[in-house]
Amino acid sequence: MIEKSTASVIIIGGGIMACATAYNLAKRGVNDIIVLEKKEIGNGGSCRNAGGVRQSARDVRELPLAMYAVKNIWPYLGEELEADVEYRQDGNLRLGKTEEHLDILEKHTAKSTSAGLDVKMITGDEAREICPYMSKEVIGASWCPTDGHANPLHTTLAFYRKALSMGVTFISGVTVYGIKKVKGRARIVETDDGDYEGEKILLCAGYESRKIADTVGIDIPVEKELSEVMVTEMEPQMFSVMLGTAESDFYGHQTKHGSFVLGGMSGGELYRTKSERFATYPLTASCLCRGVIKYFPVLKDAKIVRTWAGWYDVTVDKVPVIDNIPEVPGLTIAFGFCGHGFGISPAVGIAVSELMLDGNSHTIDISNLNYDRFKAKA
Amino acid sequence: MSKIIRKAPTEPFKPQPDDDLIICRCEEITKGEIRRAVHDGLRTVNEIKRWTRAGMGLCQGQTCQRNVQNIIARELGISVADVGMITGRAPVRPVVMEVYANDVVDKEEQR
Repeated sequence: MIEKSTASVIIIGGGIMACATAYNLAKRGVNDIIVLEKKEIGNGGSCRNAGGVRQSARDVRELPLAMYAVKNIWPYLGEELEADVEYRQDGNLRLGKTEEHLDILEKHTAKSTSAGLDVKMITGDEAREICPYMSKEVIGASWCPTDGHANPLHTTLAFYRKALSMGVTFISGVTVYGIKKVKGRARIVETDDGDYEGEKILLCAGYESRKIADTVGIDIPVEKELSEVMVTEMEPQMFSVMLGTAESDFYGHQTKHGSFVLGGMSGGELYRTKSERFATYPLTASCLCRGVIKYFPVLKDAKIVRTWAGWYDVTVDKVPVIDNIPEVPGLTIAFGFCGHGFGISPAVGIAVSELMLDGNSHTIDISNLNYDRFKAKA
Repeated sequence: MSKIIRKAPTEPFKPQPDDDLIICRCEEITKGEIRRAVHDGLRTVNEIKRWTRAGMGLCQGQTCQRNVQNIIARELGISVADVGMITGRAPVRPVVMEVYANDVVDKEEQR
């Protein structure tokens, strides 16, 4: 069977970053694109997170992406993609139960405020006014009224569906082994389905990007870390704020459907789970339930319907790498989103498409997400 | 998962007379909604689940999964073996949070 294996752009990875970039490239007239995905569209972190669209408590290096997305993209994204992405901009409460928690929150708040974000510290009672179901254990919180949440499954697949309709080709069930240079430029993508060839190559395959980048001599310090999400049965609509905690013991929100989507970790994941299996860890769901009930006793009778796990791609300094690689002309990389990629993904799509077409990201400042920032100790 | 090439639909969506038939009883998802999603490019049971909610309800697809698989396979003219299965998720039956949370035995309390 003769089929197309060459294109202007080859994208490695079929998650939300790939779909959003493919969409933005197609919007600018480049739709000769092949997206290569190992399993299913959005099978990694894209469909395994709890849908936060958050600016508060973000590293200031990636804050421009978050602020741009919230101001200019999220409110109109559903209309643009002709799908209900269930975006709600009803604020984010980051909760604290102890003095140490408040310290953490205050530090984050000070940093975010200095970067121009509208976020402030409020008391426990003020937080309970915003979300009356919270227990008395909460003594304070940070409050960012412009934060919110969306449905990550719908958003990922809406980007995919739209890009597809604009002429982008997606091929799933293909495993990428590596990249090969031709005359000094990244050109060939080696797979279990033979070679694919592109003038430009984007690598955005989560934690698995590391070993692919390594085939052209680029090592980005990124490791995988397991995180889990659980969902309750449908409950009456109670509140629509996005929730997080200072200790990061859980985060989540109530969806349009009525279920509560709650994510988090039970501790020590980096050392516990080196298995290649995408399996939940037996202690985590119970641990999350305990955490949630302490903050929201009202949820103790809600039933958990489903739990699932996904890999964070965590860089050593906890922000992603989004950059062109000068040593490998033609190669652009975007990975290491550390579990907070979903909210910024529509902005990443714009930034990466500009990197690939114009050579730099001129709409959004991503200069602090450069690939060569990792230095050995002096 | 075998290799699937995905391209933009070439023909408009064609409604069928029984499109309002409910396939997923928990989430009340119809045959038409599933067919529409397949037409738009969603190709596996998991993708259909994430897009339409078919198989996301209290029974976790134990009732509708076979029907969803058959609809996708028939729409695409491929084998049921090539549309995948819903990923199994714990717990098998819905569990009340307070019970789920109670996996730690308090030794003091036992004495």
